[in-house]
Amino acid sequence: MHVTSPVREPLIQGGKTYADVTEDICRHVEAAPTKEWKIAFGLSLIVLAYGSVCLAWTWWEGLGVWGLNKTVGWAWDITNFVWWVGIGHAGTLISAILLLFRQKWRTSINRAAEAMTIFAVICAASFILMHMGRPWMAYWALPLPNAFGSLWVNFNSPLVWDVFAISTYFSVSLVFWYIGLIPDLATIRDRATSKVSKFMYGTFAMGWDGSAKTWARYEYISLILAGLSTPLVLSVHTIVSMDFATSVIPGWHTTIFPPYFVAGAIFSGFAMVQNLMLITRVVYKLEDYITLEHIETMNKVITLTGSVVGVAYITEFFIAWYGGVEYEYYAFFNRMTGPYWWAYWAMMTCNVISPQLFWSRKLRRSITFTFFISVVVNIGMWFERFVIIVTSLHRDYIPSSWAMFSPTRYDIGDYIFSFGLFFTLFLLFSKYLPVVNMAEVKAVLRSTSAQLPAKIAGVAKVRQRGAAEPAYNKDQE
Amino acid sequence: MAELSGKYLVGVYDDDDTVLHAVPKLRKAGVKIKEVYSPFPIHGLDEALGHPRTRIGIAAFMFGVTGCCCVLTLMIWTMGYDWPMIIGGKDPISIPNYIPITFEGTVLFTAFGMVITFLISNGLGPGTHFHPRFDVRATDNKFIMAIEVSRNSMSEEEISRALKDSGAEEVNIKQF
Repeated sequence: MHVTSPVREPLIQGGKTYADVTEDICRHVEAAPTKEWKIAFGLSLIVLAYGSVCLAWTWWEGLGVWGLNKTVGWAWDITNFVWWVGIGHAGTLISAILLLFRQKWRTSINRAAEAMTIFAVICAASFILMHMGRPWMAYWALPLPNAFGSLWVNFNSPLVWDVFAISTYFSVSLVFWYIGLIPDLATIRDRATSKVSKFMYGTFAMGWDGSAKTWARYEYISLILAGLSTPLVLSVHTIVSMDFATSVIPGWHTTIFPPYFVAGAIFSGFAMVQNLMLITRVVYKLEDYITLEHIETMNKVITLTGSVVGVAYITEFFIAWYGGVEYEYYAFFNRMTGPYWWAYWAMMTCNVISPQLFWSRKLRRSITFTFFISVVVNIGMWFERFVIIVTSLHRDYIPSSWAMFSPTRYDIGDYIFSFGLFFTLFLLFSKYLPVVNMAEVKAVLRSTSAQLPAKIAGVAKVRQRGAAEPAYNKDQE
Repeated sequence: MAELSGKYLVGVYDDDDTVLHAVPKLRKAGVKIKEVYSPFPIHGLDEALGHPRTRIGIAAFMFGVTGCCCVLTLMIWTMGYDWPMIIGGKDPISIPNYIPITFEGTVLFTAFGMVITFLISNGLGPGTHFHPRFDVRATDNKFIMAIEVSRNSMSEEEISRALKDSGAEEVNIKQF
């Protein structure tokens, strides 16, 4: 029985029918690429090409082309890595954690958010390969006898944990995303007119027929995959934070890191989802699917995680003082007032103050403002990692080794490479795959839709038919 | 989907509620339903059709246990026996340090094992897309009920009438 609480707005606006959903989403996949898409794709290819040249030179010449020095041995590369991995977390949060919490609004955005996760993790992984300097040796990070002698990788090291965490996270996210795509690929396959698309979508839909048995198993494995992905996503950023926390560098050696990093990851990830969805929504005219309600809900998550991050910053600072360890205290004092004060205050402004503006309902529901704050949050989160990494390192224990870090054109170029890669992949996704999960939207459509005039559409429908009480509990999802 | 053969009556419904209510009605009338195809999951439909509960969860658990054991064995053997090393003054076999990778390995094995089981048990895979289906609208907006004529004791007309009575908007005959 469909019963919708009358106080809630329908999730999908515009009185859509099932056929409308198919039509609205498939239209963009089936139509020829638009001019705007071609321009955007061309631009990202140019950015990618520039980045690739910088990257090629980085590998050819060696990591000496970066601005690293003896004191600051980790800088932009690791900053970018943590930043991208963090962004990836929002997709899994939306698709897995919100599934477990039965948040139906996620159905309109989960497909694109998961795609974003996968592309962000690819970008993050590219920084791991970059910082190896010799990417052809990357397989040495796998549990092989070292250099094929008898010495193995060190399983006690968080850096090795990271190898397992990131690769598991990437492959499980990819599988989760692909399983969700199969029913929609089948829809496109059944509508396809050209031979090529019939073959391609048909192959990737793998003979999906939508039988009740298949759907029952599909739902079951979606639930288990969500249950697996939830601790997985938390473990990934926990392990990333342990790359720092298990070291003895003042400013890194703190037990608060895992929850603080996870909250920060979700915070920046949601901001990136907002950026992408606000553009996609306008370009693809998906205003009925991604409504102001969705945007507002995501802004609430941003405010919540932003507040967690803010509390973590303050706690960290308090403990640095209260702990009474002068090196620890100096590391934090130096962040705030040292030569990198601007990075620290940029981080504080962007991450602690800006999300608090969303307490105003008007701002929370303003699309322009949301977009602006999302960009600000992502800048802030990049600075957070920069502050943690560079300002903790640059003042070494001996003042004679104090140094500053300034990025070279290759530091910047390699960062630009990741943007080129990300947007190229995202644009390909948004053109050739359905950006909204049609099957899941159809499943929540009726229980929340405006197909019937009353907001209590579900109740009205049952009464109207005069049916006996249904024998099956059909609470969707 | 497996290959189909024989003669089928195909009822087309345009509403998930209708089809869900039609299933017990038809079964009570003695119609043997082969399967119902829908564009999205309908809760309670598989129970209504009398499908047994999926056992994929058991498979998933087994894969998880396998993954956990494999990864833990790898670490204990390499770090403790093949080339023992004392790192950070800890015992060569220090289980707390192995927890993260054990967890990741468990998740990896479970996810992949379960998904492969899912694909195999549903007959999904590359090269199956040319298999015939009852009605392609099942992936768009229609709910398709297939009834194999030879497996029913009722006549075609009777089944057809029962389908119409239960709310089907069309009844087609499909011969493979």
